[in-house]
Amino acid sequence: MTIATSTELICFLILSSVIVSGALGVVLIDNIVYSAFLLGGVFMSVAGLYLLLNASFVAAAQILVYVGAVNVLILFAIMLVNKQEELKPIKGLKIRRFFSGCVCAGLLALLFRVDITTNWATPGPKAIGEIATERIGEHLFTDYLLPFELASVLLLMAMIGAIVLARRDVISIELESTDSIPQNIINNSTDNVLLDQSSD
Amino acid sequence: MFTTLKIVLIAVVNPGLDLERSFNHLLQGMGLPSSIAHLLWLPLPMLLVLTAALIGVLVTVWLERKISAAAQQRVGPEYAGALGILQPMADGLKLLVKEDIIPHKADSLLFTLGPILVLIPVILSWLIVPFGQNLLISNVGIGIFLWIALSSIQPIGLLMSGYASNNKYSLLGGLRAAAQSISYEIPLALAVLAVVMMSNSLSTVDIVNQQNTTGLFSWNIFRQPVGFLIFWICALAECERLPFDLPEAEEELVAGYQTEYAGMKFALFYLGSYINLILSSLLVSILYLGGWGFPIPIDLITNSLGQSPNAPVIQILAATIGIIMTVFKTYFLVFLAILLRWTTPRVRIDQLLDLGWKFLLPIALVNLLFTAALKLAFPIAFGG
Repeated sequence: MTIATSTELICFLILSSVIVSGALGVVLIDNIVYSAFLLGGVFMSVAGLYLLLNASFVAAAQILVYVGAVNVLILFAIMLVNKQEELKPIKGLKIRRFFSGCVCAGLLALLFRVDITTNWATPGPKAIGEIATERIGEHLFTDYLLPFELASVLLLMAMIGAIVLARRDVISIELESTDSIPQNIINNSTDNVLLDQSSD
Repeated sequence: MFTTLKIVLIAVVNPGLDLERSFNHLLQGMGLPSSIAHLLWLPLPMLLVLTAALIGVLVTVWLERKISAAAQQRVGPEYAGALGILQPMADGLKLLVKEDIIPHKADSLLFTLGPILVLIPVILSWLIVPFGQNLLISNVGIGIFLWIALSSIQPIGLLMSGYASNNKYSLLGGLRAAAQSISYEIPLALAVLAVVMMSNSLSTVDIVNQQNTTGLFSWNIFRQPVGFLIFWICALAECERLPFDLPEAEEELVAGYQTEYAGMKFALFYLGSYINLILSSLLVSILYLGGWGFPIPIDLITNSLGQSPNAPVIQILAATIGIIMTVFKTYFLVFLAILLRWTTPRVRIDQLLDLGWKFLLPIALVNLLFTAALKLAFPIAFGG
């Protein structure tokens, strides 16, 4: 065994153990902030696995998108609504946990079956290493153009939706234009939802 | 015959010094196998770059103290060494021996992990900083994209330390830092994208080589003046320097996410911010100011003097000039950043977000579009 392959094996073992234990931690730890930070660790380790597979562009994109954007956004949301309130005990929590555990175990069994029955020895396409960036770009603008554009339209829709929800003055104009709203709600409102904010 | 062809090919592909090859040849000459030689070589450039970064921080801290003193008509540090040049060492030593305080109700695990997570991505990004054709740790294909990806890890560390301090100022500072970092990453990436489009490569070495065809006038700053300004503003914002130092605004937030930190953990934040400043300046000089390039191409000088550019003495001279040019450009930008810090007032948070989202982002998009159009129209000047 050469130095390169043994380093690769050690890295793979470390990364996969971090992924498995981190993912378990995300699900099982009660503190939601810890779960979110662990999720970041899992994303980073997945990026490490991509690096081991010689897919450096995908690894960097994974860090940029999942760690830098998704995970930071999750943390942001958690910290902005960081209320230290006692949650009400949910009825039948044990039974719920049991059933969800069963579903997860079933999924795991399914994955194991796939793992055992698939013939992994068939050689895949040759790794292209550094020119992967160009190849990904070519594919995105030729044969994968439609899914790419659909994904961007979906993201645009989500963004417009978020902006509409966040902008209160848009809602207020809609409220004022409809007649079916009882007048007393508008009069008693202390919220500045219904004020015209377009002037400032 | 094939071996000579191979050697010629290597000389064509790898012009300039290649210390790794010489080191491997040396160790193999002493009877070591090539894998061991490679293993012995690996830590050397990393240690060298780490040392360079740390010395860079010491110099920058000294410059910051001296220039701020000059801006405020004081003398500044004076007694520690000549002109107070040892003052940063004294600062570092003081932080090293200070008590490491973890507040009683703080989350000690996250509190310790936060500063580390802030520092590591910054240091890792030095992987792609070239000081010469072969004078970098690794010429990875994704180059500059690696830096963009790594710098997006930093907000997690800031949020972590802000949350773990169990202090409202820290939490607010952490949230502000994350918001600022996310907002300014987008115009920054778009400005980089315009440069990448012109040089057809993400690799920092290729980006510099593409700028050094005709010396001074082929530097990207003349082809991307808007991109240069966008990148510089965003880099200052990413480094949390004044006028964008809202995360640690002293008058409002005590010291932001660093409020509860003391001793070596505070020093990690301090180091991180200064290494980040130097890194950003280095990247500005690589992306826009021709990196290691001398204003007059070295090849032109050697040819006019009748020397071969592959002669060892010329190569060593060229490498030295390259390193000096990189450091000179970088410290010029550091000087500008320090001058900006001590002469401009802080922006408000709404002004900061307005500037990022409503001004820099559209301008960066238009810049990208213009670059694409110019590249199609004038492929000679804009790297067709």
